[in-house]
This record gives sequence, C-alpha cells and structure tokens, in this order.
Amino acid sequence: MSEWKSQAREFLPDYKTIIEGAKNPIGSLNMQLNDLIKQSGEWLKGTGPHANIVMSSRIRLARNLVRLPFPNKANKKNLFEIMGAIEATVQQINYLKNVMILHMGDLDNVDKQFLVERHLMSHEHVANTDGKSLIVSPEEVVSIMVNEEDHLRIQVMQSGFNLNETWRIINTIDDALAEKLEFAFQPDWGYLTACPTNTGTAMRGSVMLHLPALVMTKQINKVLAAIAKLSFASRGFYGEGTQATGNFFQISNQVSLGHSEEDIIQNINGLIRQIIEQEEQARQALLMQNRPMLEDKIWRSLGILKNAHIISSQETIELLSMVRLGVDVGLINNVSRVTINELFMMMQPAHLQKMEGKKLTSAERDSKRASLIREKLAPQKASQ
Amino acid sequence: MQCDVCGKKKATVHLTEIVDEQMSEMHLCEDCAREKSVQMEQQFGLADLLAGLADFGKQVKDVESVKVKCSVCGLSYEDFRKVGRLGCSECYSSFRDQLSTLLKKIHGSSRHLGKQPIKMSAPIREKGDQLADLRNQLQEAIRLENFEKAAALRDKIHEFEKRGKV
Repeated sequence: MSEWKSQAREFLPDYKTIIEGAKNPIGSLNMQLNDLIKQSGEWLKGTGPHANIVMSSRIRLARNLVRLPFPNKANKKNLFEIMGAIEATVQQINYLKNVMILHMGDLDNVDKQFLVERHLMSHEHVANTDGKSLIVSPEEVVSIMVNEEDHLRIQVMQSGFNLNETWRIINTIDDALAEKLEFAFQPDWGYLTACPTNTGTAMRGSVMLHLPALVMTKQINKVLAAIAKLSFASRGFYGEGTQATGNFFQISNQVSLGHSEEDIIQNINGLIRQIIEQEEQARQALLMQNRPMLEDKIWRSLGILKNAHIISSQETIELLSMVRLGVDVGLINNVSRVTINELFMMMQPAHLQKMEGKKLTSAERDSKRASLIREKLAPQKASQ
Repeated sequence: MQCDVCGKKKATVHLTEIVDEQMSEMHLCEDCAREKSVQMEQQFGLADLLAGLADFGKQVKDVESVKVKCSVCGLSYEDFRKVGRLGCSECYSSFRDQLSTLLKKIHGSSRHLGKQPIKMSAPIREKGDQLADLRNQLQEAIRLENFEKAAALRDKIHEFEKRGKV
C-alpha cells in the first residue's frame, strides 16, 4: 500500500492542475435527471439501418490510467483521485463539453436504477459508490462509467444497425482522452484491463436485435448455438447476466485480443447481417403460411395493452414485442415504432417511479404501468 | 491416486495439456471428468468461468508460481485465481508467463493487433517498434524459406518478450 501512495503522489501533480482548472461538476442534480426523463434516448429513436429488426448498436472501450491500481484494488483515496482526474479531463474535450456528471454517492436507489434502465450504466455500478461516477452526453449517445471494473468504461450508442458510425465516434473520444490521460498499455498485449477477458482492444461491440419470428418458428436455438460456436455472446435486453425477454437478444464479441477493432466490428457486422436475413425470411414465412395465427397474436396483444388496468413488466415486454412485430411487418399502421420503443423504456420500475415522483409498491407500479400504456396507445396519440 | 477435484473417488481419467510449452496435468474420477467436460462446452459467461479457467490444472513445472506477488500492488497470482481480477497494470508484467498462457486460452491469441494510444511513454513505444521490426524480419525469413534464420528470430522474439519488461 505504501508503494502505491508514493507512486500516486509522484503522479498526482499533473492531475492536480487539471482538477483545479475544472469547474464544479455537480449542478442541480435533480433537474438534470428530470431532464433525462423527458427525452427518449438515442437508442430509442427507431431509426437507422435495419431499424425494423435492430434496436441499437453500441460499443464500449475499457481504459485504465497508468501507475494507479484498478478499482477493485484501489483504496478510497485512490478512487476519488482517479474520479477527479477523469472528470476534469472530460470537460476539456470538445466532444464532451456539455456532459452531465453524476456521482453515485449523491444518488438514491431509484435514481441509480433509472440510469441502469436507460442502458447508461451497469448493475455493477450501483453498489459501493466510493469514487464512482457516470458521465453522460446530452443526447445520451456517450456515457462513461468511472471506476466500475476499470477506471473508464466508455460507451457510445446509436439507433439501428450502425456499428461503423458508433466506432468512429468512440474512437475520436478515446483519442481525445488519450491526449490528456496516459492509459495502461503494452505493445504486445494492448490495453491492460482488470479482467483478462477484456485485454487487448478492450472493446466490446454489441447489437440489440428483435427476433420474434425466429423465436416463433423455433429456429432461435439453432441461431444462438451458431453464435456461441463463433465465440460471440448472446444476452438479454438488460445486459450481462439477464435472460432474453420479449424476443430481444444482444449479440457481442467475446474475443478482444488478436484482432484489430475494425476486424472485430466487421466480424460482428457479418454475423448480424446473416441473422437479420434469417429473421426477415422467418417473418415472410409466417406471413405467407400462418397469417391468421400471426394477425390474431399481434392484434390480441395490442388489445390487451390498450385495455389492461393491471399489468406486470414481463407481460408488457412480451405483448409490446408482438405489437412491434405488427408495426414492422406493416400489419399495424396507426402506432409508431418510437411510441413502442418509449414504452419499453418507460414501463420499467424506476422510470415509473421517477415519473410519479415517489416510491411505488409493486402493485402500484402494475396499475401505473397499465394506465401509462393505455394513455400512450390511445387513438389520438397513436396517429402522430 | 485420488481425484483432484472431489478427492474421494479413484482417479481414472488423466488429462495432460500443453499450452505454450507449459505442461499441466489433471487426475479425475469419472464423475468429475464428466462434469469438467460439460463446463468446457459451455461458452457463455466467459468472465464467470475465468476464475475456473485460471485454476485449470496444477502447473506441474512451477507450483511456486501461484505464490508470485505483483511487485507494485502486492496481489498474488493465487488471489487473482480466486477473484478473476488483476490489481493493477503492473500485474501484467509480474505474472507475465501465467497470463500469456491464460490470454491464449481466452482469446486464442496473445498478440495485440488493434489501435495504440496517442500518448505513450518512450520505453513502451520503443519496445513496440523493436518487436514489430523483429516480427517483420521473421515474416520475411519465412517468405524466403530461410528457416534457420526464422528459428533464430523466433527465439529472439520469445526472449525479447520475456525479458523486455516495460
């Protein structure tokens, strides 16, 4: 430990000047968070290439500062030093001028859950708040977790199937940060991360897919098996450790060493293109061979959503998935994709509680959820 | 001989694995062997399996290696095997041999081909340039089918990677 102290002290002068030059990052926190709830987030736009199947594309890079211990081994003082240095640097970068900086220690559980639900940070970032913060760009395109598993976890999100543009943005931000911060790096092993599964490019690219037709035609297991064989990972709507629900699957690379970032992205792109094609074919097959069954399923789902007075999040996700399919194949014309995407987000527990401005019990949430959905899907709103 | 995993039943399956000239041996009873093979087939949740992976088999050559500690943060390789997380960037130099094997197991490669940070300290940049130069020479020697020279260059690269701590 004493060695760390001397190392850190030696390294600190650079950081001190950066920190002193920065303005106080915490504005009025609640106002900022409440601004978020009014907007719908980049990945919910429902636009971009193949938006009928691909919900969003995202890339994250893990980076660590040299000469400082990784968060799991760092003491409280180290953690706050690291946080201060990163926050101060971020505000000097053009791309990140107007970011919102949220200190985990200042937030209550609902606020933190709210940020997890918006896919801006991980579940892991919620616990042990010492020196942890979240940096979010105004449109929620960029978010940076400070002192999660690594010092920095930079994430960029785009709507639709668009990993190339996502990479362009995150690469620019990474370069800008690297001009001011020295990242832990070795020429033969690349970027050094707390977990060796991320060493190398320290990049994970992932694409969120909506694959209801592959699920309905029972082909999804074949697809998932193929994905695993190619050493890609498949997760649920809510990221690591979650089950696939509502026919959403998040596909990402596992391997980060031995390939360039561009190669990894091209590999993911190739795989995703094939899955998109399979889903398109399965949708066509359902429309041709099983149209009455499909129409019944889709319209019944919309019917329940429009009329329910108590509804769980699980049921909502499954029904919304069917309605989204109805919109995507052109069976439903008077509901927009954006409305459905917004509902996927807003119907989550912390979002409901933020909207209501108070804590809600599970039963209260189920009825609040139902009334929110009825309101959003009512005819006058649906025609927009 | 007793099973390495359960320590109760007789070991009837003997597994020898050689990765990167490092030999590891495992002696398992039939039940534990079946369980291990199921584990190996699971491809999801790589990070969770990592602790298990790093622990896979005893290093026959150097049992002492688990006691090696990082000179900077004090984490021992044994600690790393338990938590699956390294303590600092210097751990990569302190546990170089063990991690080289592990990285190959995880990624199928232990050579970075991606981008580099704009700002790097001079020694790191120099080391990278020298390595790249040696690798180019190796490719050239292979192309010209000068295998004697290629073998010498390969050994030189190995040596350089081992000794050239940054």
